[in-house]
Amino acid sequence: MTDGVRSLTRRDFFRLGVVAGPASVMAACGWDGGPVLEPKLRAFGRINDWVGEKILFSPNGTAREYPVSARTPMQNFPTYSITYNRTGSFPAPDNLRDWSLEVGGLVRNPMRLTLQALETLPSLSYTVKHHCVEGWTAVGTWTGVPVSTVLALVEPKPESRYLRFDSFDSRYYNGWDLTSAMHPQTILAYAYNDRPLMMSRGAPLRLYSPVKLGYKLTKYLSAMTFTRDRPGGYWEDQGYPWFGGV
Amino acid sequence: MGFASEPASAQRPLVKRYAGVVRLAHWLNAVFLVGMIASGLQIYNAYAHFGLRDHPLALPNPLDGQAIPQWALLGGWLAGGLNWHFALAWPFVITGLVYLGFLAFSGEWRSLLFRPRDFGSAVRMQLYYLRLRKEHPPQGKHNALQKAAYTGIVALGAIATLTGFAIYKPVQLAWLTTLFGGYELTRYWHFVTVWLFVGFTLLHVALVFLVDPASLRGMITGWYRGRFPSHD
Repeated sequence: MTDGVRSLTRRDFFRLGVVAGPASVMAACGWDGGPVLEPKLRAFGRINDWVGEKILFSPNGTAREYPVSARTPMQNFPTYSITYNRTGSFPAPDNLRDWSLEVGGLVRNPMRLTLQALETLPSLSYTVKHHCVEGWTAVGTWTGVPVSTVLALVEPKPESRYLRFDSFDSRYYNGWDLTSAMHPQTILAYAYNDRPLMMSRGAPLRLYSPVKLGYKLTKYLSAMTFTRDRPGGYWEDQGYPWFGGV
Repeated sequence: MGFASEPASAQRPLVKRYAGVVRLAHWLNAVFLVGMIASGLQIYNAYAHFGLRDHPLALPNPLDGQAIPQWALLGGWLAGGLNWHFALAWPFVITGLVYLGFLAFSGEWRSLLFRPRDFGSAVRMQLYYLRLRKEHPPQGKHNALQKAAYTGIVALGAIATLTGFAIYKPVQLAWLTTLFGGYELTRYWHFVTVWLFVGFTLLHVALVFLVDPASLRGMITGWYRGRFPSHD
């Protein structure tokens, strides 16, 4: 009797050992999980998004600020644009003078904000560390209007839960939860290191926040839309974590 | 190695050595660790350097700028690596906590935790391994060097987990990241744990076969008929 139970257990663990070996080997080799596991992994990532958003994220805790002397030399702070990767030139709006940010969706007062209008709003400037999902960091100074200020102007409707940021950079876009958007350091930035945004940095206006990974910070902004349903994102749709908070 | 004075294996008692929880945790952990390392290397490949871009860390990294070969990676690309890493982190940590919880409640920790009083015994054991001492020092279930290794590997798991959280949320958990010396340094420590895990595993497997092969059966079935049947 005892022997029977024991040999069963033994066989089970042998089996586990036998499976563990090849599984470990299979796990490597640059495998992404295949058509069955890969979507499940992404779905599981939503649990980590939830933990990141609801448990680890402090809506009012601010990222550390650095002295101006800590700035990373500009040439060591990589620039990135989907259009640039494709064509070799940075994206530009059809007519920069006519550019304005379209703020709409589930809001009481939809509006178009020109750069001049944004520059008259109270601004925030900080020198903070940028965290790229790739693992590198860089320090820079960003100046702009807190998203919360624009929110107060347009008055989101109660059913609005998310914000979609669109760009004119090859349809790059990002979806944000409103709490992250309302974070005191989330700004619509029009200056980098005390100078107007260069084309390589997302001119004329980009989203910035030290509490998000770089890919969440939409450059070359064209529209800001309040939604009920959760918008994805250019990289997020391809598998990057949606919340992307640091 | 000669063990002339010891009883032949047939005369050795058959003892139940490892509880089911310990065996399950051990093998699951092995699989999860491989997955964590392979997906971690996939992430490392996206930026194979340490330190700020204009101020590299003045610490050794033989793999600086080196792309880790495909066979050692998991995830296919950066996003895949991240998703695997953050998914496997759950069972990896949970297995570790279940293991520790079992040790605490069963009292098994007594045969595994390295305490200051084990220091002298560890030195004698090391002398024996270096052939500077003839007699194998008396031991219980595990000798003092094993205790040091099995205590150290748990500590390493804890450090890997904490440094992992610290670079996962360097702003929200800034206190933790600061504790390890800031984001760039913490990312380095997290990478160092990989080397230590790999080194431990190689040594661990080598010693199993060289010193106490019967313990492999013990870790699979729970039953052990080997050189060190005594229990403490």
